[in-house]
Amino acid sequence: MDLDTKQPAEVQELLKHNIILTTVEKVLNWGRAYSLWPLTFGIACCAIEMMSTNNARYDFARFGSELFRPSPRQADLLIVPGSVNKKLKPLVERVYNQMADPKYVIAMGNCAISGGPYRDSYCVLPGVGDFLPVDVYIPGCPPRPEALIYGLLKLREKIIHPERAAR
Amino acid sequence: MDVLENLFTNIALYARNLLMEWSVSYSVIELVILFLAIIGILGLIVLDALILVWLERKVVGFIQERPGPNRLGPAGFFQTIADTLKLLSKEDVVPRSADRWLFLLAAPIVFVPAIMLYAVIPFGKDMVAVNLNVGLFYCFSIASLGTVSFLMAGWGSRNKYSLLGGMRTVAQMISYEIPLLLSVLGVVMIVGSLNLSDIVSAQRNVWFILIQPVAFVIYFIAATAELNRGPFDLPEGEQELVAGVYTEYSGMRWALFFLAEYTNLVATAALAVTLFFGGWHGPWLPSWMWFFIKVYFLIFIFMLVKWTYPRIRVDHLMHFGWKFLIPLSLVNLVLTGVGIEIYRVMGG
Repeated sequence: MDLDTKQPAEVQELLKHNIILTTVEKVLNWGRAYSLWPLTFGIACCAIEMMSTNNARYDFARFGSELFRPSPRQADLLIVPGSVNKKLKPLVERVYNQMADPKYVIAMGNCAISGGPYRDSYCVLPGVGDFLPVDVYIPGCPPRPEALIYGLLKLREKIIHPERAAR
Repeated sequence: MDVLENLFTNIALYARNLLMEWSVSYSVIELVILFLAIIGILGLIVLDALILVWLERKVVGFIQERPGPNRLGPAGFFQTIADTLKLLSKEDVVPRSADRWLFLLAAPIVFVPAIMLYAVIPFGKDMVAVNLNVGLFYCFSIASLGTVSFLMAGWGSRNKYSLLGGMRTVAQMISYEIPLLLSVLGVVMIVGSLNLSDIVSAQRNVWFILIQPVAFVIYFIAATAELNRGPFDLPEGEQELVAGVYTEYSGMRWALFFLAEYTNLVATAALAVTLFFGGWHGPWLPSWMWFFIKVYFLIFIFMLVKWTYPRIRVDHLMHFGWKFLIPLSLVNLVLTGVGIEIYRVMGG
């Protein structure tokens, strides 16, 4: 808390107990962290796990991420679920650019992180980290829904405490 | 109980007396009272949206056998607040090729008719902002204005999905307005008045759903289509149209469309309660409390229908509206007329 040091001590004491000092940014970050709406965007087999996470057994909705928005304009979170090849790269970039700020990216699965089993292929890119600002990497082939939820929670932590995770 | 019953009317009376003491002219007093009513209605709309978004998510969760949002506050009640904060702080994207004014104005304009509907609805005993003698007519003429903003949004976005979604919305809303109006006419024939307060007081002994069950079913189906709610949520059918009319809207502008949908939902349910469920009539509890219990029960039914039935196809929607609902409502109208005549001859 930043209290005005010029105030007398008793006033400071009163302020400390009666006024909650916060910045707008903190409140907004709280809102952003607890309502991350992902984009309906599946490119490979990890998308199946993503859908499973959204459904009854794992229920993404508990964390406020139930609304998979079909339009990038209303989504906050781009989950890249799977391998991105050279032909797909411009489309992924375009979808990312169409999203409204603030936006976050999760690279889901080995392919999205580094190319995974297709690393040596002539057409598959070695990870989406080269052209997208990825916030959280979730390894696995594919990652289990629990892993995706854990990644989401890590992303939430990162949004609430931006100072802890300098890119 | 009397205190609760007269809570809002007493507040209005108190304000009126206070202004009388200050010797303000009569027209100014009327304006101030109207202003107070508007503030009350806006508060009601915001509160309703807050509760309904949460309720809808919980009802979906219940139907799909999952808990729904449960991390923020009791049973996830603060989820809506987090969503609102996020939507407020999101970037407001206006596409470069969009028709700027149409695009920007469509979102506020969809909200205006939704609020205006609340002016004539009797929320409780003596609790109506404007006691209009053509209340029902006013309701339907205002509600049909909402169509314009969908066309504006669809055209102004300069996006093929938006335009298709907008056209669909307009076609659907105009088609279903006809059975909606025809179903309500039966009630008007029985009461002989378009004033909503008169319609409520005519239901002192028997609710009109018992006399006009077919009309209520038609009203319910047509109202669901009018609200663009599932199974008639074709305007935002994501399989074929991305997000329909809403495709290009981000942040708070999109949230305004969302808010307008819930505002319309409450208004439609309130109108259904006024027309078919006896309005604010009910034993023991205060009249306005009965009104809201009935409204929320009806909204719960709307939600159950939305999340139980799959979305239907456009041509099926049109066929159902024009070839089934309209003839049925016409038959209902004729039978109501015959019934009224028989009642008059038999009962004198």
